[in-house]
Amino acid sequence: MIESKDVMKIADLSRLTLTGEEVRLYSSQLNGILQYVEKLKELETGGTEPTSHVLDLRNVTREDRATASLPVEDVLRNAPDPKDGFYRVPRILE
Amino acid sequence: MELFELGIEGIKALLDKKEVTPHEVLDAFFARINAVEGKVSAYVTQTREKAYEMAASAEKAGNSGIKTLSGIPFAIKDNLCTKGIKTTCSSKMLENFIAPYESTVTERLSGAGGVFLGKTNLDEFAMGSSTENSAFFTTKNPWDLQRIPGGSSGGSAAAVAAGECAAALGSDTGGSIRQPAALCGVVGLKPTYGRVSRYGLVAFASSLDQIGPITKTVRDAAMVLNAIAGRDPMDSTSAPLPVPDFTKAAGMDVKGLRVGIPREYFIEGMDPEVEKAVKGAVAQLEAMGAIPVEVSLPHTGYAVAAYYILATSEASSNLARYDGVKYGFRAAGKDLLDTYMQTRAQGFGPEVKRRIMLGTYALSAGYYEAYYGRAQQVRTLIKRDFEEAFRVADIIATPTSPTAAFKIGEKSADPLQMYLSDIFTISINLAGLPGISIPCGFTGTGLPIGLQLIGRHFDEEMLIRAAYAYEQSTEWHKRRPALPSDNGADKGEGPKAL
Repeated sequence: MIESKDVMKIADLSRLTLTGEEVRLYSSQLNGILQYVEKLKELETGGTEPTSHVLDLRNVTREDRATASLPVEDVLRNAPDPKDGFYRVPRILE
Repeated sequence: MELFELGIEGIKALLDKKEVTPHEVLDAFFARINAVEGKVSAYVTQTREKAYEMAASAEKAGNSGIKTLSGIPFAIKDNLCTKGIKTTCSSKMLENFIAPYESTVTERLSGAGGVFLGKTNLDEFAMGSSTENSAFFTTKNPWDLQRIPGGSSGGSAAAVAAGECAAALGSDTGGSIRQPAALCGVVGLKPTYGRVSRYGLVAFASSLDQIGPITKTVRDAAMVLNAIAGRDPMDSTSAPLPVPDFTKAAGMDVKGLRVGIPREYFIEGMDPEVEKAVKGAVAQLEAMGAIPVEVSLPHTGYAVAAYYILATSEASSNLARYDGVKYGFRAAGKDLLDTYMQTRAQGFGPEVKRRIMLGTYALSAGYYEAYYGRAQQVRTLIKRDFEEAFRVADIIATPTSPTAAFKIGEKSADPLQMYLSDIFTISINLAGLPGISIPCGFTGTGLPIGLQLIGRHFDEEMLIRAAYAYEQSTEWHKRRPALPSDNGADKGEGPKAL
């Protein structure tokens, strides 16, 4: 059972600020979904290999050769606050 | 028949005979968009200028050699990067994002001569089954404007059904190509995981996402798959396998083909009209020489639960990149951490936040084994179910969606009910198999019903073979919605035969 404080903890880990209203809504919705997901525990899975993806591919590598990258100005065009070829962010240290 | 009602094959025939020019084809489609887009709302962005430029260069290059789709107008789901054109994912987070590079699929499509009319609406970041989660607007089902078109590729499916493009690209993580195709009465093909490069597809759940065509006919889907499939050095999960000419499978008969009917998919409580239409389709295949066999997929009942753990876990990781620093929306915060928190709180809609939190929870210390670990094991069991079934069957036939299109707002308050509408499509993503949805009938009120065919890994040819044989023995794919035009007096409702 997820409580409001759990939802706030998860929101914090997810880097999301929630309103009080959202905390209430998500508590109830996440509980509903998690209750449904509980059915996975009915299954005997001991010793079953997990599947992370379905392809029979391992350690795909390419030749270690430098190729052209995207032009910096094209990439920075979408940045909220670019400056001198860098991303600018609010101050971290006082 | 009007030009806008034609699919790829029909338009190509007219272009080849020089009865129309690519420019005239575009005129016809943009006239159609002008007439009905106000009602359907399929497009987030229309790219008229670019489309005419592309048509002009297609005309110049001619239609020889690899230019198999020369002058064909496409709609592109707005989670595929198109260089210099907005790629929004129907999210406030990317509302003004202009992709600095081109996705491999759109590169290949335009390389084959395809022309892009615009970018289509989706549930935000492809999370949803109705387009109601779009941050901008809900797309309407062309067969009944009070209803949802399905999702997440609802804009693409509605655009194809409404004649607002000849064909479209969608993406499918848990049914997002097949379900809207079924609900809009068109063809939707999700290729095998690894068949098509995902480079330039904005990631939702990387082990499940796959790009594919939404078209008016099965042969059209094969033609698009020919253009977009194959190994791409930019996506290391694209399979290093040869790509056959998929159109050759369209036209082969189905004599002796074993069609698996999974008993777990025909359960009590199923919509009787859907059941009747799908069973009718199986009977039709049998009449053409196919052999129905009962198969069992015993872990079907666990697929939705496993999917919503795995997909949200991958999403919580993939969407961590939206931090208000590198690109996209930024909200002002009092320090860097607060900027992250406010940016994500204001930039993401409710369903995206819900999934990020569910995934974060499933991956968090103390819960990882119980949720993510177990869901990965269940994924193995589901994959094995299909391996067993494919020992006795060559393809598997199921409904695509448990119901026809539902009303706008009907399920939006209850996320779990919405998730359960994907029950027949998500196992296929978990197992990485190819699946196709094709029209197989209509409800009494004139809403389309879809038949889903599932194949073995990298055996899209079998899907196309069976789907084409069925399609050609029916008239369903020839029906078009009677859309009231914005500039006409036609108030007709319900389906009309051509």
